[in-house]
Amino acid sequence: MSETSTGELPLYEVFIRSKNGLHHKHVGSLHAADDEMALTNARDVYTRRSEGVSIWVVKAENIVASRPEDRGAFYEPNDDKMYRHPTFYNIPDEIGHM
Amino acid sequence: MSVSVAEMTEQDQLFEYTVRLGDNCVILGQRLAEWCGKSPVLEEELALMNVGLDLLGQARMLLDYAGKVEGAGRDEDKLAFFRDAQAWRNLLLVEQPNGDFAKTMSRQLFFDCFQFLQYQKLSNSADTKLAEIATKSLKEITYHVRHSSDWVIRLGDGTEESHQRMQKAVDELWGYTPEMFDMDAVDEAMLKSGVGVDLKEIEPAWKKMVEGVLSEATLNFPELTWQVRGSKEGKHTEHLGYLLAEMQFLPRAYPDANW
Repeated sequence: MSETSTGELPLYEVFIRSKNGLHHKHVGSLHAADDEMALTNARDVYTRRSEGVSIWVVKAENIVASRPEDRGAFYEPNDDKMYRHPTFYNIPDEIGHM
Repeated sequence: MSVSVAEMTEQDQLFEYTVRLGDNCVILGQRLAEWCGKSPVLEEELALMNVGLDLLGQARMLLDYAGKVEGAGRDEDKLAFFRDAQAWRNLLLVEQPNGDFAKTMSRQLFFDCFQFLQYQKLSNSADTKLAEIATKSLKEITYHVRHSSDWVIRLGDGTEESHQRMQKAVDELWGYTPEMFDMDAVDEAMLKSGVGVDLKEIEPAWKKMVEGVLSEATLNFPELTWQVRGSKEGKHTEHLGYLLAEMQFLPRAYPDANW
């Protein structure tokens, strides 16, 4: 079994699809020796109350995440670009809730 | 239970047969519950509890049905908590102590494979209730087999120590496995009426299944150097009494307690 330097098994992130047609949603994380064990552990830890119909597990180290310090460059320039939101259209009443 | 099989009515036989099935599930479920709070890692603790609770669920269906077949007013709780060791009909294998994790997984693999094959046949039983319970349980058991096989393979084909422990566990429990395939007069009668399973027939399939896992786990298929049996007559190893003492204490000290 592969272990990290701290002696813990590798960390995996778990994504569950609760119903067909919906997308997978991050539900939490767990430790497992390999992909197969991560999948069965995810089943045992996160779907015991019928939460899902499909599971994705991915090694946490394989996830590329944005860093908090990138916040300014990544997100703030969009704050003043209201025209990118489709809020300037009049929606006919018969459309109802969109 | 001192009635000889020849004097048993068909109803007695069905009761006995159903209790045997149910008792395996109660006792192994209780053993797995003993891991609660002590498992190696949180993820595996939940997995063990899931398997244990599956078994308890099966036990409830089976003992509830057994009580109805008997018709003497004993419900599932009466059967589980107010019978002494001699009246239990679980296999000697399932009452064996947890030991280390390897021993727990070895016991689990042996039983899971057995129960899988047994319930596959039982799902075609002439007794519709038993067939229904078997069919419902098979999905759970399929997962149990996968879970215990995975662990035996991982530990057998793991480190030097895990390999050693796994081989030791398999060897130590091997002598309890032949009993699973014993056919006594009750089994024969139930088989004849289309209710029961031919245990002799599933033995080669079981060996093949277990052998497949052991060989993938780089473990030796054990040699049978000794064997014990007796659970069908209520003769158990000394471990069952301690298990029952713990399991039955509360309902016996406070009968009809509610929470």
